Amino acid sequence: MATAFSVPKFAAQPFNPISPTSQQKPLIFPTAASPFLGSTRKLLHLSSSSQLNLRRRSSGSVFAVSDIVKEKKSTSIPSLLITKEEGLELYEDMVLGRAFEDMCAQMYYRGKMFGFVHLYNGQEAISTGFIKLLKQQDSVVSTYRDHVHALSKGVPARAVMSELFGKTTGCCRGQGGSMHMFSSEHNLIGGFAFIGEGIPVATGAAFSSKYRREVLKEADCDHVTLAFFGDGTCNNGQFFECLNMAALWKLPIVFVVENNLWAIGMSHLRATSDPQIYKKGPAFGMPGVHVDGMDVLKVREVAKEAIARARRGEGPTLVECETYRFRGHSLADPDELRDPTEKAHYAARDPITALKKYLIENNLSGEAELKAIDKKIDELLEDAVEFADESPLPPRSQLLENVFADPKGFGIGPDGRYRCEDPKFTEGTAHV
Amino acid sequence: MLGIVRQKMLERSSKKIRPAVSMLRSYSSAAKQMTVREALNSALHEEMSADSKVFLIGEEVGEYQGAYKITKGLLDKYGPDRVLDTPITEAGFTGIAVGAAYYGLKPVVEFMTFNFSMQAIDHIINSAAKSNYMSAGKISVPIVFRGPNGAAAGVGAQHSQCYAAWYAACPGLKVLTPYNSEDARGLLKAAIRDPDPVVFLENELLYGESFPTSDEVLDSSFCLPIGKAKIERKGKHVTIAAYSKMVGYSLQAAEILEKDGIDAEVINLRSIRPLDRSTINDSVRKTNRLVTVEEAFPQHGVGAEICACVVEESFAYLDAPVERIAGADVPMPYAANLERMALPQVGDIVRAAKRACYRSVP
Repeated sequence: MATAFSVPKFAAQPFNPISPTSQQKPLIFPTAASPFLGSTRKLLHLSSSSQLNLRRRSSGSVFAVSDIVKEKKSTSIPSLLITKEEGLELYEDMVLGRAFEDMCAQMYYRGKMFGFVHLYNGQEAISTGFIKLLKQQDSVVSTYRDHVHALSKGVPARAVMSELFGKTTGCCRGQGGSMHMFSSEHNLIGGFAFIGEGIPVATGAAFSSKYRREVLKEADCDHVTLAFFGDGTCNNGQFFECLNMAALWKLPIVFVVENNLWAIGMSHLRATSDPQIYKKGPAFGMPGVHVDGMDVLKVREVAKEAIARARRGEGPTLVECETYRFRGHSLADPDELRDPTEKAHYAARDPITALKKYLIENNLSGEAELKAIDKKIDELLEDAVEFADESPLPPRSQLLENVFADPKGFGIGPDGRYRCEDPKFTEGTAHV
Repeated sequence: MLGIVRQKMLERSSKKIRPAVSMLRSYSSAAKQMTVREALNSALHEEMSADSKVFLIGEEVGEYQGAYKITKGLLDKYGPDRVLDTPITEAGFTGIAVGAAYYGLKPVVEFMTFNFSMQAIDHIINSAAKSNYMSAGKISVPIVFRGPNGAAAGVGAQHSQCYAAWYAACPGLKVLTPYNSEDARGLLKAAIRDPDPVVFLENELLYGESFPTSDEVLDSSFCLPIGKAKIERKGKHVTIAAYSKMVGYSLQAAEILEKDGIDAEVINLRSIRPLDRSTINDSVRKTNRLVTVEEAFPQHGVGAEICACVVEESFAYLDAPVERIAGADVPMPYAANLERMALPQVGDIVRAAKRACYRSVP
């Protein structure tokens, strides 16, 4: 099935950290002379000519789904990458993400949402492609751009919308907000506002999975952790510290770089000495893969291998997904520095349109069915907004709650009750 | 006249003034002498054997047996899966420990000194302290950050800062400062069992000091409550509130003051957050005078906080302004005489107590 694919096959190429040649993947960037896709210099040559497109593609860097499909039709074994059910699931998830973020923008401008709101439009393929392959017990650690990660992981749209409105029915009772989504039942552990903060925490979650299996002897504890972060984070010290330790201790983690080429207004090329982030993986002893993040099927293929690798106990993987955010960094960002041609180029590669095209061309679904899904999502969101609107604000008593798990601060005694409630608690030579 | 005669008699009968070590050493009792180092080591041993979710992570905690030998013997007993030597990556391994704590493991993170915790302070405050609140109680962080804090001997400006005030300012953290072996054992065991992030500030110079410990302290389920101070010495003329090494200095100062007829009450704070406001206030209402002692920088310090809470709650009971003894407002100098001048000494505490009692300073 994947023979037409140039995505590296992990199983076929046993990873040998000692010899660098074994790390040569077919999907490798050519030498530095060849332009990186996001380069503004390159965009000057980017007329709408598809010939140019093809030439770029043949350099091995990007593929459009239609190319794959054409190649597939020419092979003797026709097989698709997904079944109909999977296809519809992916489509629904991406449409949910897109519609939710659009609704957030609307609500923000109506004043119902406030503070910092970072929207995920355009990057849905990565969230859907990776997270839909996880089990409930696997964890996802994200950044401030976390609404869609939460939705893909299974947090109900109502809970996320209420959290954004700051209501007490939100997933964090209104105490977290847009940037701090947590859900212990769905194993979404943040939501971190600081760049690079989530990476060590994700590494720790992966560590706990390994610890449970090896020290606590919880058999088959093979939970995988996904850490999502951006291109700007890849210049942060904590990123490298964690690549080192994850590879050193062979932790079941996948580092997913959502390289949308811009960190607020700082272009990735202006900020990074070597912009090819996936190359930083092998330097630490793990495979580094680059994939087109606007194509959910390609992302899904890579994700399958990376997650399976982690589950087998072979250690971490660094996956760089090249993607784009259609909106600004946040709703407060005027987004003046990005070239409109670049935006148009990526808008033409909208992952939802691409998947729709794939489903229809391969007779996996029809227009009517997909429109029905669109309508269903719209209704779901209307309901979510209504629910959030009608939910109450947090009561005054909630302000001081949840600072500590053990609120009286005196410790929990051997009988499980708070020590300060035990009349003899000051004994144990603590004579006061 | 009579006072002087009484003083001379007291001098003859009193024991010699000891150098700057524990005063209780000469008491011979059935109590076992235990150094603070042994106390911490035994507490770690017991907690690790009681709960297999407890693990150690830090630099040199394993094969080197601990930079200050606190974690001696733990690698041999519990193996490299539970005693992890890390590369020099404070931010990285602190974050890893916090992530593990999110999932119910109980890491004990050792910082070689708390000065290095500044490289990881983002994780201590943002990922650990605030998480229970941000997730509305869904994710608690049962983690302990421990290590030596404050000045050692001649280690210079970047290795000598006291971080009690910085960490105690942040809601969501518990900050503990043990003084003697009983404190060290009881508070560390309580900290490891506590479901919240605890910053456990030890003191390098106290590691080697030994204190008598009763059998109760040596019991493996011994635990001290977090948030309760201890009155180390009862008195009625002036209250001296201190933490960590300064408790020892305050006790010595109290002995000197006793000869001048000032009966000082010494409070060992033990817990900086939550601060035991009720014990401090009860003591001030009894003695009406307060001296706070710390070796940290004076501005925005623990002494300032104690002064504020006493003024808020017991202003009418104060007979004198609160005297605040702190380290000099300079980065720690290296030269031995300058370092001595930059830190509070027993004489400073004595003079402050006398000022609070409106006695003339000799």
